Formats: sequence, C-alpha cells, structure tokens
Amino acid sequence: MAVEAQGLCRRYGRRWALIDVGFHLAPGRVLMIAGRNGSGKSTLLRVLATAIRPDRGTACVHGLDVRRDRDDVRRLCSLLSHDSHHYEALTALDNLRIAARFLGRDTSRSAITAALADVDLAGRADDPVTSFSAGMRKRLSLARTLLKDAAVVMLDEPYAALDPPGFRLVDRLIERLRARGRTVLMATHLVEHGRALCDDALVLDAGRVAHLGPTADLPTDVGDLAVPAGEARA
Amino acid sequence: MRALWAALAKDLLLQWRTRAQTFAIFLFGATALLLFSFAIGPNAAALRQHAAGFLWLALMLSSTLTLAESFQSEMEQRALEGLLLLPAPAPALYYGKAVANWLQLTLLGIGLLPMMVVLYDAGTLRVAGLIGVIAVGAAGLSAPGTLYAAMTSQARAKQTLLPLLLFPLVVPVLLAAVKATSLLILGDPMGQVRSWVALLLIFDLVHWTLGGLLFDRVVED
Repeated sequence: MAVEAQGLCRRYGRRWALIDVGFHLAPGRVLMIAGRNGSGKSTLLRVLATAIRPDRGTACVHGLDVRRDRDDVRRLCSLLSHDSHHYEALTALDNLRIAARFLGRDTSRSAITAALADVDLAGRADDPVTSFSAGMRKRLSLARTLLKDAAVVMLDEPYAALDPPGFRLVDRLIERLRARGRTVLMATHLVEHGRALCDDALVLDAGRVAHLGPTADLPTDVGDLAVPAGEARA
Repeated sequence: MRALWAALAKDLLLQWRTRAQTFAIFLFGATALLLFSFAIGPNAAALRQHAAGFLWLALMLSSTLTLAESFQSEMEQRALEGLLLLPAPAPALYYGKAVANWLQLTLLGIGLLPMMVVLYDAGTLRVAGLIGVIAVGAAGLSAPGTLYAAMTSQARAKQTLLPLLLFPLVVPVLLAAVKATSLLILGDPMGQVRSWVALLLIFDLVHWTLGGLLFDRVVED
C-alpha cells in the first residue's frame, strides 16, 4: 500500500482533531479528502507528511512508519500546505533554488525557470514573494511541491485562491502525477470537482471517517458534506 | 555537508536581502554605546576603563535583535517546516543559521570598534587580537542564542522571553569577553588574555555541540 492509517488520533490541547481514522490507498491512486472546515483534513495530511505526530494509532507510507521512519517518509512525500513554506523576502527563483539545493537537484537558472514555467510563473522569477498575490503564492507552492518529484503527493486545498486557469493547471498537474504513477491525496471542498478527478474519496466529519470508498460510491448529497451517519462506513 | 552549505547559503542570502534591518541593528548598537558614554561623563580615564564592558553590553543587546530576527522569516510562512519536510537535516539548519548569526554579530562588533575607540578614548594597536576576541565571544552568543531564538520564535512574548533565557546563560561569555577585551585595551602585563580566550573557546565548544544535538527536538512537533 502507498498509504495506510489505522486508529489515527491527534489532538490540539483538549480538542481531538482526528479520532480513530483508518484507511488505505494503493499506489497510483488519487484520493479526495473532503469535509467541513475543522473536520481534520489538514491535520490528517500533516500527520501523514510527518509535519506533526499522531497521538495514537499508526500511519505508514510505502510501509514506513511516520513516527519511526520519519526522515525516510519525508523523502517519499511532498506536501502542499496551507502555509506557503516560502521566504517572503526572497524571490520566486531564490525560494525554488533553496529547495533544489537541499534536494540535490539542478540549481541552474534554466532548471529553476523551467519549474516556474510549469506553473506559469517564469515571468515573475526575479520578483520577491511579498509582491505576489495569494494565487501566485499558491502556484509557487505547487512548483515547489512538484520539484521534489515525490512518490506520494499531498495537496491541501490546491485550488484555494486560484483563478480558472489556475484550476485547470492543478487538474493538469494531478493528471500528470497520475500518469507517472504517483499517489495523490488531495484535501478539498470542491466535492463535485474532486468526484470527477479522483479515484477514491474519504469524507471526514468532526475528525471521524464519515465515508470511505471509490468516488463512484460517494453519495450525491454531500454538497454540504453532511453525510448521514447511516452511510458512514468506517 | 551539502545540506550544511545549502543552509548557510540560504541564511546568508536572507541576511543580504534584509540588510536594511542589519543596518538598523548596527545603529541600535551604536546608539547604546553613545548613551553608555553619557552615563560615565567626560572622565577620560573612567571611559577608557569601562570601554570593553559597554562594547559587549551593546553587542549583547543587539544580539537579541539579530537572533530573534533570524527566525522571523522562518516562522512567517512556516518556511523552516518546509525545509524539514524536504527533508533537510535539523543539525545542518542549526549550524547554517548559527554560523550566519555569528558572522553578523562579529561584523557588528567590528563595526562598533571604531565608535568605542572614539567615544571611550580606547585606542589600541592590538586590533587583530580585539577582532579575534570579538569573533570568539560572538560565537558564544550565537550558538545558544540561535537555539533559544528557535525555542521562543513561536511564543507570544518572544521579544521578552529570548533575553530572559539567553542573558543568564551567557554571563560567562560576557565576563570572559569583557575581561579579554579590557586587557587588550588597557594592557596585559601578566599575559592573562589567553586564559580568558580559552574559557570562551570551551564555552563555544560546549554550546555549539549542544545546539546541534538539541535543535531537532526544539523545532519538531
């Protein structure tokens, strides 16, 4: 399995953000993670990407435990987070070059500009991130996420702040990742969009799994993400 | 080693791109030196005698600004987390940042030297020795300072918390650096400078080692 979670729990202070979350995902599949605000989508991705530790339960990426094999899991995963992970004072080129240098990738201007061109930012390579709009920051984050070329790609709200061409860009990138056999986990509120794009769906409700299965089986009344308790399978 | 160079290059680039802040910190240190000289008054002998102490106080006060600022950019958009998830080794990130902070503090100290000479009538021909003491003393501030700046970077009262934690810890650095600098300015008939520098080097060795070992625990969840 590319990703496996069992009995996963995580809390912030006294509030549980994830409660007994379990699922598994085969390599090359694209999983949509849906749920209301605060339902635990970002927390789940952050636990799987080893940004935060689970309080209980286990999670593995390609058989490697997120707690025990933290650095190995990090080599396999790439996370597009709500936070852009950029240095605001630096240019787009500088930011990608820093990541490329740590990853041991080509840091030449042409290689970095090519990565920026993938997200339609080549023309703004030498502009500081502070001058970027929210959508441009998201594009730069996408470029950084893709630069790693990880086996498991986790996208937290990839469409947020993007314009219609940006939407199509994310769709193309996800299709490209799928064609390369990468596993993709995407947290999104755009359920109908995700239904068309993803293979599987995981719906979270107040930190618990409310629905899990192929997107074809996703109930049609999840527009407001209020899946009736009787339909929960976890 | 590649990660260490990458971290150092990143921190030096950040310092260069935010050099206006570095200049502001230098002005802060220079102003502190000027105000301390007013406190002593126009007594040339007293000024010369206290020159080293005030130089290091100015440098120590400025260091809290330098150190806190060095983690500001890391926390704004969780850039540090982004590097850790690449994964960049935590010790490399620590040493990159600590070396960059050390360089900045050393340059700051060297920049304050002419001001000290003018304001405190503290001229000396042992300039190389003075720069050496500043470099070794700045290393004693930057190693624990970088670790504590990382610890306090997410706290609400970080501007207060950092000096509260750091100042008691670096009292040995302050004492040894002031003594060594003072001996270089006023004369060292007993040859004591080496002992004070040796004390500084031991402090540096301990804290540069501890910082690299503990940084992972400080910055991870």
